[in-house]
Amino acid sequence: MTPILSLQDISQAYGRQRIVNQLSLELEDGQIGCLLGESGCGKTSVLRTIAGFEPLLEGEIRISGQLVSQPGRSLAADQRKVGMVFQDYALFPHLTIYDNVIFGCKGADKKRAAQQVNKLLDTVGLGNSQKKYPHELSGGQQQRVALARALAPQPKLLLLDEPFSNLDVTLRERLSLEVRDILKEQGTTALMVTHNQHEAFAMADLVGVMRSGEIQQWDTAYNLYHHPVNPYVADFVGEGVLLPGLVSANCRVETGLGLLDGLCCVEMTPGTAVNVLIRPEDIVYDPEYQPNVEVLRRHFRGPSTFYTLAMADGTQLQMLMPSTSNHLPGTRIGIRAQVQHLVLFPTQQPS
Amino acid sequence: MSLSPSKPSRASIAEALGWSVSSMDGWRLLVLAVFMLVLTPLLVVAGSFLWPQPELWKHLQQTLLTDLLFNTLWLVLGVPIGTLLLGVSLAWLTATCAFPGRRIFSWALLLPMAMPAYVLAFVFIGLFDFSGVVPTQLRSWFGPGLSLPEIRSVGGVIVVLSLSLFPYVYLLARNAFLTQGMRAMEAAQSLGCNRWQGFFRVALPMARPWIAGGVLLVLMETLADFGTVSTFNYDTFTTAIYKMWFGFFSLEGAAQLSSFLVLIALVLLVAEQSQRRRRRYTPGGRSGQSGERLVLSCWHRWLASGYCALILVVSFLLPVAQLARWATESFGEEFDERYYAWLGHSLLLGLLAALLVAAVALALAYARRRHRDPLTKWLVWFSGLGYALPGSVLAVGIFIPLAHLDNLLIDAAGHWLGWSPDAILRDTVAIMLLAYLIRFLAVGHKAIDSAMQRIRPSIDEAARLLGTGGLTLLRRIHLPIVSGGLATALTLVFVDVMKEMPITLMTRPFGWDTLAVKIFELTSEGEWERAAVPALFLVAAGLLPIMLLIRKMER
Repeated sequence: MTPILSLQDISQAYGRQRIVNQLSLELEDGQIGCLLGESGCGKTSVLRTIAGFEPLLEGEIRISGQLVSQPGRSLAADQRKVGMVFQDYALFPHLTIYDNVIFGCKGADKKRAAQQVNKLLDTVGLGNSQKKYPHELSGGQQQRVALARALAPQPKLLLLDEPFSNLDVTLRERLSLEVRDILKEQGTTALMVTHNQHEAFAMADLVGVMRSGEIQQWDTAYNLYHHPVNPYVADFVGEGVLLPGLVSANCRVETGLGLLDGLCCVEMTPGTAVNVLIRPEDIVYDPEYQPNVEVLRRHFRGPSTFYTLAMADGTQLQMLMPSTSNHLPGTRIGIRAQVQHLVLFPTQQPS
Repeated sequence: MSLSPSKPSRASIAEALGWSVSSMDGWRLLVLAVFMLVLTPLLVVAGSFLWPQPELWKHLQQTLLTDLLFNTLWLVLGVPIGTLLLGVSLAWLTATCAFPGRRIFSWALLLPMAMPAYVLAFVFIGLFDFSGVVPTQLRSWFGPGLSLPEIRSVGGVIVVLSLSLFPYVYLLARNAFLTQGMRAMEAAQSLGCNRWQGFFRVALPMARPWIAGGVLLVLMETLADFGTVSTFNYDTFTTAIYKMWFGFFSLEGAAQLSSFLVLIALVLLVAEQSQRRRRRYTPGGRSGQSGERLVLSCWHRWLASGYCALILVVSFLLPVAQLARWATESFGEEFDERYYAWLGHSLLLGLLAALLVAAVALALAYARRRHRDPLTKWLVWFSGLGYALPGSVLAVGIFIPLAHLDNLLIDAAGHWLGWSPDAILRDTVAIMLLAYLIRFLAVGHKAIDSAMQRIRPSIDEAARLLGTGGLTLLRRIHLPIVSGGLATALTLVFVDVMKEMPITLMTRPFGWDTLAVKIFELTSEGEWERAAVPALFLVAAGLLPIMLLIRKMER
């Protein structure tokens, strides 16, 4: 089956500075993808190029198999059948909610369009606000209008540019789950960009971690967290530390926390110097154990407490425990490592 | 004890709005005084009908009135259309498209504001009149039979006023397009609109409150215009007021003619203020990023440059060049020590008015700060509305009461002091300064108030907690923050007063000729070459506030 969206080695530049470099990805029909990265990593430029607002330096973009962008040639944005939810929503302030949403509906069948718009407004929970103007709505409601407006012309592909960044934290996650449900219900293929991993995980089937114009890993949230392909992804997604160690046998590593073993995907020859990813939940408190670390800091998070620990040689570890635990900073406690997925990165040889 | 409900007395209404006799202080007295001053010309104009002039009106009705009404109507229809077309198209091009010279045009298109409309008027007549430079040249090329459109016509006036006033629309529309144009255009495109559809369905309607505001300002200026129409010998209410006063010596008649202008001005004012209120919505977010411009195809690009250049040349560069040519031709015989007096008067009046306006505006801003009740707010707002009143109306509306006051003073002086002069106030610049104050208070108030807004109450509180109060607070916190706004206010008013014509012309004391008055006298005799010398002075002065504006725009 042809993918709905296909980016082939695309590159972009502002002047001499490359901001996207040889980036490729594909989205199948109905999939929701997400580009995740810090600001300035080029993710928004990718989105704007797909929409047709920015030119391409190298590579090509296809939507449903149709070539829409290549260096020097690009199909006009209004011909692409791509919807977009803008970061600032870009609602038309002079039009009512209803007129905003019906704006993009073309064709002679006015009645069907009106039905479609009414249904969409009901879906996003704004059936009663049709006559209102954008400035009369709250941020979350404006966001939903923007979504409905982008969906109304039934685009082949929906693009979402930091769609939740203007909302407060509590609303963000709730709305991102809601939006995912709506998109899945409509069977819409979508690509979102965000810098917030919680939004990315809540929304997307596939997430690409971006860094300086390149995708580091294009994968499911599960794999990004448990099988990061490089230290950057390991560090960017989730928490944890990299602990130096030495491979003793396949899937066995000798570290300052003793011999660790677990599932691993990469085979390594014994004797290789590696860094082992230790997530906070990989560290287990064991009252039976001889105290081997000192509690440095404690961060109460409600359901759990996040501890920063120091080993005898000064190496820091992170540990997540139920918040009923109460180890005061300065006390010494006994811990051990219980690693399920062994994530190893060869230590770079000093050259 | 009475059970019948007592009617609210006037005092209690004021109290309900936050005022009472005991709370009257210097600030409130001042607010009230300025309010009364602005109200005076309106009352005078309305009150003038208490002294009906049936003879005069019969004469007017038979001869002038229909002409006046129709002449005004054509301008009120034509100039907005002209400025709308020029202002919106130029604003759209410079705000959202990429073409050669865009950066320069985007500020250079404000330059026409430096040239008073009446200067552009006489330059155009000198250039395009039958015996003017351009037709003479054209006839020498194409033969004497060539027929050209007549510049001294409705069309001519409309073209000149449009070329002179379009920057108002340009400035406001550009602002709107810059803040919301591109993002909205992208949204429209993602919803299947091409550029033309996007412009007409989204960008233009979104900018409507700004554009309407600009057009309404243009209309006010058109109504108030005296110099341009008198140069063209095109009779409107402003010239009729002048003739009524200085031709028929009927101040009452002048005041009654003024009432027409006041009525139209009030309608415009209401419309303008309501458009202002609609200008609140501005979607935040990234805008005006470089690189986010519409790319035009090759020849479209040059067409855009050519269009901007044409307007700039016709509205500013060509007239300035022509002025310079005339001025060099006539400078030798024209320039003498009389010019020092005219220039001196212009500068002195500008300076005095600027200081007066700035002082009053500053005081009003402080009064608003001290008293946050609705009545004070309303009175200060009202005091800023004098900009809608044409100068001719103000001249009449201030002269009449002050002349009466003068007569009282003269009587009193004769009675108590045994001194009977012909005039006391009438021989001073007080009338002019008061009229200037009313007309330009808004200009000064806006500049100073927006600077004052930045001194939030928390700043005062923070300074107090850090041990600074009283005069030290004023010197170390307020003055540095307000100084920029104060300088802007002084410059704007100074230059506006220098360019001002009808108030100066009608209420100046004997011997107080200024550059603007000189231009009026010379152009009414068709002496374009000689008028070029004082006109160049005014254009040079007019460049000052434009440079301020450009600096603010580039920031």
